[in-house]
Parts: sequence; C-alpha cells; structure tokens
Amino acid sequence: MDVLLLSRIQFGLTVGFHFIYPPLSIGMSVVIAVLYGLYLKTKDEAYERSADFFLKLFALTFAVGVATGIVMEFEFGTNWATYSRYVGDIFGSPLAAEGVFAFFLESSFLGILLFGRKKVGPKVHFLSAVLVSAGAHLSALWIIVANSWMQTPAGYRIEGTGLAARARITDFWAMVFNPSTGERLSHTLSSSWLAGSTLILAVCAWYLIKRQHVALAGKTAKVALLVASAAALMQLGTGHLSAIKVSQTQPIKLAAMEGHWEDDQPMDLNFGGVVDEANQRTFAIGIPGGVGMLVSMNPSQKFKGLKSVAPADRPPVQAVFQTYHIMVGLGMALIGITLLGLFLWSRGILETFKPALWVFMASPLLAQVAIQAGWFTAELGRQPWIVYNLLRTSDALSKTVQAEAVLFSLILFTLLYILLFASFAYLGVRKVLRGPEPIAPKA
Amino acid sequence: MPLTQTAQALAQSAAADPTALQLTWFLLVGLLLTLYAVLDGFDLGVGILHLFARTDEERRIFMNSIGPVWDGNEVYLLTGGGALFAAFPDVYATVFSGFYLALILVLVAFILRAVSLEFRSKEAFAWWRQAWDVAFHAGSLLAALLVGVALGNIARGIPLDANHEYAGSFLTLLNPYALLVGLVTVLLFAQQGALYLVMKTEGALQARMRKVATWANALFILLYAALTLGTLLVQGDMVQGYYVAPILWLVPLATLAAVLATPWLHQKGKEGAAFLASCLTVAGLMGLFGIGMFPNMVRSIPVENSLTIANASSSPLSQTVMLIIACIGMPLVLGYSAYIYWVFRGKVKVEKASY
Repeated sequence: MDVLLLSRIQFGLTVGFHFIYPPLSIGMSVVIAVLYGLYLKTKDEAYERSADFFLKLFALTFAVGVATGIVMEFEFGTNWATYSRYVGDIFGSPLAAEGVFAFFLESSFLGILLFGRKKVGPKVHFLSAVLVSAGAHLSALWIIVANSWMQTPAGYRIEGTGLAARARITDFWAMVFNPSTGERLSHTLSSSWLAGSTLILAVCAWYLIKRQHVALAGKTAKVALLVASAAALMQLGTGHLSAIKVSQTQPIKLAAMEGHWEDDQPMDLNFGGVVDEANQRTFAIGIPGGVGMLVSMNPSQKFKGLKSVAPADRPPVQAVFQTYHIMVGLGMALIGITLLGLFLWSRGILETFKPALWVFMASPLLAQVAIQAGWFTAELGRQPWIVYNLLRTSDALSKTVQAEAVLFSLILFTLLYILLFASFAYLGVRKVLRGPEPIAPKA
Repeated sequence: MPLTQTAQALAQSAAADPTALQLTWFLLVGLLLTLYAVLDGFDLGVGILHLFARTDEERRIFMNSIGPVWDGNEVYLLTGGGALFAAFPDVYATVFSGFYLALILVLVAFILRAVSLEFRSKEAFAWWRQAWDVAFHAGSLLAALLVGVALGNIARGIPLDANHEYAGSFLTLLNPYALLVGLVTVLLFAQQGALYLVMKTEGALQARMRKVATWANALFILLYAALTLGTLLVQGDMVQGYYVAPILWLVPLATLAAVLATPWLHQKGKEGAAFLASCLTVAGLMGLFGIGMFPNMVRSIPVENSLTIANASSSPLSQTVMLIIACIGMPLVLGYSAYIYWVFRGKVKVEKASY
C-alpha cells in the first residue's frame, strides 16, 4: 500500500465519519430552538419536554462531532504538510475564524443549554438554544468557505516554484465569497436541516407507531415535518444552482457526474447507469440534452467531455457518477416523503397512518446516505486535484510520513470509530426507547 | 536547481528580523495557546486525578465539575491550531507531520476523553462506567504527557533538513529532557486540577482532594527545580533573551513566586487564590517557553534550519486579515468564557441533567 492511497483512505474515513454528526447537530438545533420558542409562546409543556428530550440526543451527536472534529483540524498538518505549506496563507484563516466566531459561541451556550436550566431563566435558556444553532451554522459557513476555495480558488496569486511555491492571499473577500461558496453553503445547510429534522421525525414516528408519548410526538412530528419539507424543497433549488456552478467552474467534474465522455457534445441527463471506464463509454438511461435544458434551457448546449483531458487529469468517473445519482435519487425520494407527510397532515391522519410512519422512520437513513454520497461526489469529482487545477493531491502529502505510520493510524482510527459509532448508536437507541420525561407535577 | 534555490531562499529569510506584524502574531498565538494551557490544564488535571475518586457519585462530581466548561476550553486549542496554521503555516506543517505518531496518539487521547464525559453516566452497568472512567483518565494523562513531550522537543531542538522537513524518527522524540517536560506537564495539570477540585467539592471528598493537592504541590516544586536545571543544561540558548531585555526577568520571577505561593496559599486554606496561583504558574511557564524560543518557533539541529518567526510566517495581508478577525472575535470569546464561568460558579451539584 502506498502512502498516498493510505492517506486518502484515512482522510476519507475521518472526514466521512465526522460528517455524519455536524449535519445532524445543525438540523436538530433548528428544530430544538423552534420547540423551545413554541413553548415560550404557547406555554404548552409538551414542546418543552420534547425539546429537553431531543436536546439529549443533540448533546450525544454534538459530543461525537466535536471529538472527531479535533482530528480534522490537525490532519492537514499530519498527512498533508505540503498542502498546508502551499495553502496556509489562505486556508488557515477560515479555520481560525471558525474557532473564533462559531465554536466558542456554540460550546459556551451549549453549556448553558445543557446544564444551566436552573441557573438562567427560560428566556435566556431559549436564547442559548438559538445561539447554539447560530454557532453550528457559522461553523458550516467557515468550513464550506475553506472547502469551496479548494474547488474554485479565488483571491490569490502563486509565488515561487517547485517546493517553494505558495498560494498567497490577495483579496480576503474574494477568497471567502469564491465562485462556489454561496451555492455549496446553501446546499450543505439545507441538507443538514433535512438530516436533523428527519431524525427527529423518525423518532416521533416510532412513538406514534407504538402509541407512546402520542401528544408530544404528534406535535413534534409536525414541527420536524415542516422543517424537513422546506429543506427538501430547498435541496432541489440549491442543488440546481450548484450544478450550474459546477458546469461553469469545474466542467470535468460535471462530465464525470453524468459519465459524459465525448467532447463538445450535448450532455444527457441520466437517471442511472454504469460507466465503462476502460472503454470510455457510459451505459445509462436518461434524457438526451437534458443537462443543457436545466443549465440554460438549451438542449443542444455543448459541454466539455472527459476525453478532452488526459486520463491522469480525470476524476474516478464510475465513483463520481454513482454517488451523484445516489444523491439525486435519494433527494427526490425525500421530497416525495415530505410531500406525503404534508398531504397526510392535511387529511388529519399524519399521526395514525402506519405505512407512512414506517417510511418516516427510514427517512434519516436516506438523508444520511444522500449527504455522504453528495460529499463524495464533490470531493472525488475534484480529483486528481487537491486545489482545483493548482495542486495535485499526489503532490500534497507530508514528505516525512511513511506508509507504515499511516497504516498504523488508519487502523487505530478505524477501531476507535467503530467503538464510537457502536456506543453512539447504542446510547441513542436506549435514549429513544426510554423516551421523554413524564410531565412533572407542578411544584 | 529548484531545491538549492529553495534552501537559499529559506536561509536568507531565516536571517531576517521579524516584522511588527509577525511579532504580534507570535504573541497572539502564544496568548491563545497559553489560555488553552491554563483552561484545559485544570480539566485535563481533573481527568488525570479521576481514578482518585472512588465512588460513582464522586466520579460524577469530578466530571460535572468541568461539565459545562471543558468543551469551550478545548476550543482554545482548535482556535490556536487554526491561528498557527494561518499565521505560521510552516510551523503547523513541520511539527504535525514531523510528530506524526505522537500527534495521532494525542488526537486519539482527546477523542477518548471527550466522548467518555458524554457516554459514561448514560448507562448504569458497572463495567460500562468503569471502562469510560479509565478512558477518561488515560486520555487526559496521555494528552498532557505527549503535549509536554512535544514542547520539550521543540525547545531542545529536532532534526530538520534544509526544507524544514523533520528528519528524525518517533524514537528521536523520546529523549530524557522531553520526557521530563512531559512529566512536569502532567504534574502541573494534576496540581491545577486538584486545586480546582478543592474549590468545587465539599465534605470528605474535599478533605481528600486537599491531601492530593498537598502532595501534588510538593512534587511539582521538585519537578520545577529539575526542569529549570535540565533546561539550563540541555538548551542554554533559552536564557539569551534575558541578557538582551533584562525586563523579561519579571517573567521567571513571577513564575517562581507563583510556584512558591501555590502551596502556601493552599495550606492557609485560600482555595481560590491557590488555584489562581497554579493558573499563573501555567501561564508563567508558557511565557518562559515563548521567551526561550524567541526568535525561533521550532529549534532545529542543525540550528540554521530552525523555523523562525520571520521565515515561517504567512504573508502580511493574511496576518493583517487575521488580526482584524482577532480584534473582532477575541472580545466576544473572552466575554462568552467569562459569562459561562460566572453562571457555573460555586460547588458542583450532580442532578438528573448532569453527566
């Protein structure tokens, strides 16, 4: 095994595992803040008990997210030291800004939210819930800024050559609002709302199926369903804008997403299929010229093909094609599921129609797979570049780190993450089975 | 020949004096890491002492004494790491890739520590709680030890090549001086943690913590003497700054005063003051480290390959932008921290919502 492959597997594993948790926290934080707000407004204790209950699940998610996030902050230095030297002038500042503007806000007020209920009033407690959510969103902002710069670098110049080459910042705001930041941030945030709200919806669906905590679960399910429906529809819009941006800024990534080989040809909008990388063909069912229709209302618009660049400059086409179509398919399914929920609600049978409740229980898994698939599309589609068209992933490694060391750390992280996930899942399921606190008699 | 050009360029920049902006960032990164050491120091210390708590109730008190604050404390490390990456990318890259295995172990230790706080009391089985108790203790101990060993190596000097890449191995890092600094760090944090627990506990547990703190105080004075002697023997360059700017003598004098005041205040029963004196010790030692390193950030063997404030810096524009971020952000951060310590002042009560 070579050090490049091992380092890529380790980065993919650590970031992929980490990326299970922050989207859940972001989405859950929104629903929890709304629930505390509804309690303040209506004085209905069901909302408060529900918020308290989901706050426990949030805390569990947050803890694993924080613990695995520490790795990310330092892994650029450990495994990708050449990358760190190359981009430090640009990439470090959003990471530091994330700490200063997001993590402190989030972690400080989470302390109040979790442990301070008796020390601060209900209004400050609600405000803490809002600030924790704001912190989680700001954290997404800065990390997406950093990641988008790797996709569509802007506001920099290159100084020096060879080992001494460095990307130097020339315009901070051009770096922050680089061409893809807006689209990628809105797409990531709405997917996070979907991930968190469907998890809450699923827990409520379980209680409704079991006819436990029915009043609480019914009220919470409606809040979660509203957030999930809005998020699912936003996914369509932000996904569309992201695809247009990719077509303008990363044409070879788009070609890989649709398995589009021939250069300067209209691009099919595929529903699914298989890529034959050896023979440079794609077998797929789709709408001829469909991508042009979506991008510019022009089915004969011509797109760059994979064959227009050397094989060494192409991303892994099969993987990008498949993950992209998994993401789109699941995204569409989630729109259908949330619309079904809204329809049942309008008929007054949201809380009792069991087949739909079972479908809701599957929805967080669909959202989670869609998010991971989308992330793989974005990051594998960027290959072979670590910074698009500037620095190759293979040139970005730490020069002093040996394959054996990475193999050791990869095994260590794998074992540790299996332990974390098992404990997280066990405690989460236990928490759900025990259910929310019963209504305490008024003192 | 790009390689020799690189080496020449690096050698030239090594000779340059740091600019005011670069000095500011040296101080700011130092301040962030000092705040981190002071704040996470005592909660790592609580973890190091965790197995001194015998009953389940006592262990919950230990964990909940840092419950609302440990996460915020750790954010100083993340922010310090980000600031180091942004202001001195070559230090970030050289140290973390050079200390690869050690840093991976630190990360594993931090992960174990963080999740054991959240996981431990969520299940009642004795084996479950014991396992996470051990993980909490071991994670805290290993993190403190390895961070100390890393600092010891950075001060002593590590083999770097002309391109600032680490040229040693994992075993290079395990030299006696670095291990001594690691041990000092563990004892220092344990002392700070014990004094913090004296403030946060009551009754018989508090009486036991007083004894632990007394032992920690005594051991730390011995280790502090050994550290001072060891540093003078191994890295005499660390005292150069005091000849250039005699006012700097205030830092070692204040540190010594804090080291001696801690046990004295503790014996007089002044809990808060004794804890603050131990915090001042941590800050003072970080100050001594900074003065001793200046103008280097990572000492190299051979010395001409050292990473300095001037040659490891990012561009003036990057550091200016970061300075603006710091000026807006740091007052907010200090405000949050002050507010949360104010809300959770006083003795620990274990409740249903607690860890």
